[in-house]
Amino acid sequence: MVVRKRATLSGLRRQEELTAWLFVAPVALGILLFQVYPVLFSLYISFTTWNLIRPPRWAGITNYVHLFTTDFVFPTALLNTAEYALGTVIPGIALALVFALLLNQQIRGRFVYRAIYFVPVIAPTVSIAILWTWIYDPSFGVLNYALKIIGITGPPWIADSAWAMPSVIIMAIWQSLGFNIVIFLAGLQGISQDYYEAAAIDGANAIRRFSAITLPLLSPVTFFVLVLSVINALQVFTAPYVLTRGGPANATMTIVMYLYNEAFPYQSMGVASAIAYCLFVIIVALTALNFYLQKVWVFYEEGT
Amino acid sequence: MSREAPVLASSPRQAIRPSRRQFRMRRLVGSLTIHVPLSLCGVVMAFPLVWLLSTSLKDPGEQFAFPPQLIPTPLYLKNFTDLFRLLPMWLFIFNSMKISVLSVVGGCLSSALAAFAFARMRFRGRDVLFAVLLATMMIPTQVTIIPTFVLMRLLGWLNNHAALIVPNVFGSAFNVFLLRQFYRGIPQDLIDSAKIDGAGFVRIFWQIFIPLGTPALASVAVFNFLWSWNDLLGPLIFLNTQNNFTITLGLTFLQGRAGETRGHWGVMMAGALLGVIPMIVLYLLAQRYFVQGLARTGIKG
Repeated sequence: MVVRKRATLSGLRRQEELTAWLFVAPVALGILLFQVYPVLFSLYISFTTWNLIRPPRWAGITNYVHLFTTDFVFPTALLNTAEYALGTVIPGIALALVFALLLNQQIRGRFVYRAIYFVPVIAPTVSIAILWTWIYDPSFGVLNYALKIIGITGPPWIADSAWAMPSVIIMAIWQSLGFNIVIFLAGLQGISQDYYEAAAIDGANAIRRFSAITLPLLSPVTFFVLVLSVINALQVFTAPYVLTRGGPANATMTIVMYLYNEAFPYQSMGVASAIAYCLFVIIVALTALNFYLQKVWVFYEEGT
Repeated sequence: MSREAPVLASSPRQAIRPSRRQFRMRRLVGSLTIHVPLSLCGVVMAFPLVWLLSTSLKDPGEQFAFPPQLIPTPLYLKNFTDLFRLLPMWLFIFNSMKISVLSVVGGCLSSALAAFAFARMRFRGRDVLFAVLLATMMIPTQVTIIPTFVLMRLLGWLNNHAALIVPNVFGSAFNVFLLRQFYRGIPQDLIDSAKIDGAGFVRIFWQIFIPLGTPALASVAVFNFLWSWNDLLGPLIFLNTQNNFTITLGLTFLQGRAGETRGHWGVMMAGALLGVIPMIVLYLLAQRYFVQGLARTGIKG
């Protein structure tokens, strides 16, 4: 009897195990086919010469050496991507924080403001970039018209190699602002009002309340936004592709756009995979650095 | 956590009571210092989109008018008819819809199943598999795109929408993670009493977790839809004949073709607008889920 009962129990357990594996099977298969296999395969390809026609030929570290020594474009792409990341991440976060603080008040029309800030986030970057090509038009663009009103002769924006990257950055900040605002707002609303009431009783002014309460208690959210913004910035493709196709004179060529160019128009899969791996290493390194640095400035409330 | 709760909490200012008149003055000044910068910035933020709409309705002459006019007179609808004559925009929109909807439906279902198993079932290898899943969130799509291309070529799916749909149908780590967090919060009592009533895991999943998990599932769905709809790199790599183009790919193609029409910039803006409108509709229908989804990832991620 005892033996039979144990057998049925383990039968139930076995059934649970089987059902669970059936439930996770699609996702597990997807991870295998579209994440694990590609990550390993592209690592291999990065050490070969391959044009998709003949079988891959082992090339050792030639592709990597090429990228960092004889390739003219890759260093430019790295620098441009760094410029884009620096230009979008810090100003983007600072601006979003200011707006979130303003929007966190008891104001009328929050719904309207939120919609205004959020529509650029959800709109396709392709549409947004086409719109900004028109806004940036040197002769007929509305931006240079607006600048003329206040007495400034506007630059040629995306038509000029010195101004092209700043143009991409301005557009990107405008587009992603709402995303960060929404995350900051959620963070701000998670801060207990008790702290502010206690501070008000102690006579702390607004600036002091901000620097001693809001900023530290919001820092985990700021950290999250920072990590996400850096990762997104390093992968930038669509905005410069639509605005400038990487030009003029490679001024807006980014890592991912260069990867795309090498892989698809030129079919040098080895070099493209090496670029992909460089990007991967940079992303992992910067994310690790962010996690390391968080000890210095991110404040976690006790008990959370 | 309710979004509205902190608004109801009393403001620290009320702790020290000023006279009623002082209070009113202070409130007026306070609300002005908030509303003036906010609405100024709101105008700056909203202007580009207003300009998009405005230019799409301008006749060729008015587009270059000096000074530029905000409200087109007369409304020039020919940009849209020219656009549809130039390129099969409805087909692009249909293709995008098809790819996005199928990706979302498949991706949500498979992710929800896996999330349920990870959250509420015991099986060997669960923790290892979940760790692997989380680790894959670190991999940028660009690293996987060449091998995926090779795989699709092998399957004969180049220039086929399947190449853009099928990988999404297998779900994603992001979806599973978000849904698992939510499913862990559903009370165990519900599962236990369902089990006593003789329900198996399939029924528990379908009749308890799917209905109770709707808010989380809706958040996942809107974000997946957004990513599918807005994706350019995927369609650029996998699709190469015009009839298969998505709206985003079609718009980059339009960049090279709009010059053939009389209303060049107006036609481009009309096209760009067609890409934006479905997302605005989605936002209006589901804005709660956009915001909740972001808040959930932002705070608990």
